[in-house]
Amino acid sequence: MIVRIMGEGQLDVSSADLASLQELDGAVEAAIEAGDEPAFRSALHALLDNVRAVGKPLPADSLEPSELILPPADSDMDEVRKMLGDEGLIPD
Amino acid sequence: MSVMKRMSMIFKSKANKALDRMEDPRETLDYSYQRQLEMLQKVRRGVADVATSRKRLELQIQQLERQHDKLTEQGRKALQVGREDLAREALQRRAGLDTQLADLRTQYENLQSEEEKLTLASQRLQAKVDAFRTRKETIKATYTAAEAQTKINEAFAGISEEMGDVGLAIQRAEEKTENMKARAGAIDELLASGALEDFSGPRDDIQAELDRMGATAGVELELERMKAELGQGPAPKQLDPGAPQGQAQAEQAPQQQAAPQQPPAQGPWPQQPGGAQ
Repeated sequence: MIVRIMGEGQLDVSSADLASLQELDGAVEAAIEAGDEPAFRSALHALLDNVRAVGKPLPADSLEPSELILPPADSDMDEVRKMLGDEGLIPD
Repeated sequence: MSVMKRMSMIFKSKANKALDRMEDPRETLDYSYQRQLEMLQKVRRGVADVATSRKRLELQIQQLERQHDKLTEQGRKALQVGREDLAREALQRRAGLDTQLADLRTQYENLQSEEEKLTLASQRLQAKVDAFRTRKETIKATYTAAEAQTKINEAFAGISEEMGDVGLAIQRAEEKTENMKARAGAIDELLASGALEDFSGPRDDIQAELDRMGATAGVELELERMKAELGQGPAPKQLDPGAPQGQAQAEQAPQQQAAPQQPPAQGPWPQQPGGAQ
């Protein structure tokens, strides 16, 4: 499964490693819902570190769309909230 | 998959909207390629813009560092000639610069990391655009509507996702750079107004006072020397600016400073007692 970390690129993560990612992803979501910025940051960094550890970077010239996309490492909670909103932050 | 899944859905829906507008896929491929080239130009401009801002900050940091050293030296000289009040004033002003310098250095590091990110994004996008061009030409050469659709969708989704990502990186870098420019502009204004003294500018009041005392001390020393020659008094003790005693005094000065006994200098930053490095 291909995962993109925004601002960094794409990584190929095996399905065996997906369960741990889902758990960490849940922690990110819970922190956003609770409005807990410190918890959000540590959960996001844990998730990104895990993806980097288990994922294999894709070559720069691959044209594969990602199945999962993660926000940049330096995003704050409000920024991610906006990204997940109807409009999103991604420019057309 | 919550956050990760939702974000990928947002990208996909944007790519799908673009694909839905297609009439002749071959035209869309060409149009998309043009947009990619525009995006590459935009990224390169973004990298150049960030690099310019970084360079400007670098110059300002150097300017403030020179002023910082100058105030340290003034404090030392003032102590050597027994003017603790002047030394304290110089160290108070230096404390204001410390705050400013720390802030500028943090901004500089941020810009540097932004520049690196954009440079990498630019390289990645360039590789993807090249790959897309090859794919596009292949699709056009072997075009049959049904067969092409799937291939176009794949290539299109991949490239539009990359463009979305790079577009966001550019947007964020622009915001940060604008913020830095505003702050850098504020420092330029402070330098221009004299609130922050330009190292290459006219002499400041502490320097003027030290120079006046230096001149007076020179006259006094000469008088003492003359008196000694004439047998009217002991030989004068020469002040040596580089004497270790003076150095040590100056080094200890910051720790010796209690709360300022006089109002701090009118500076643009919150003043701190002492001269914390």
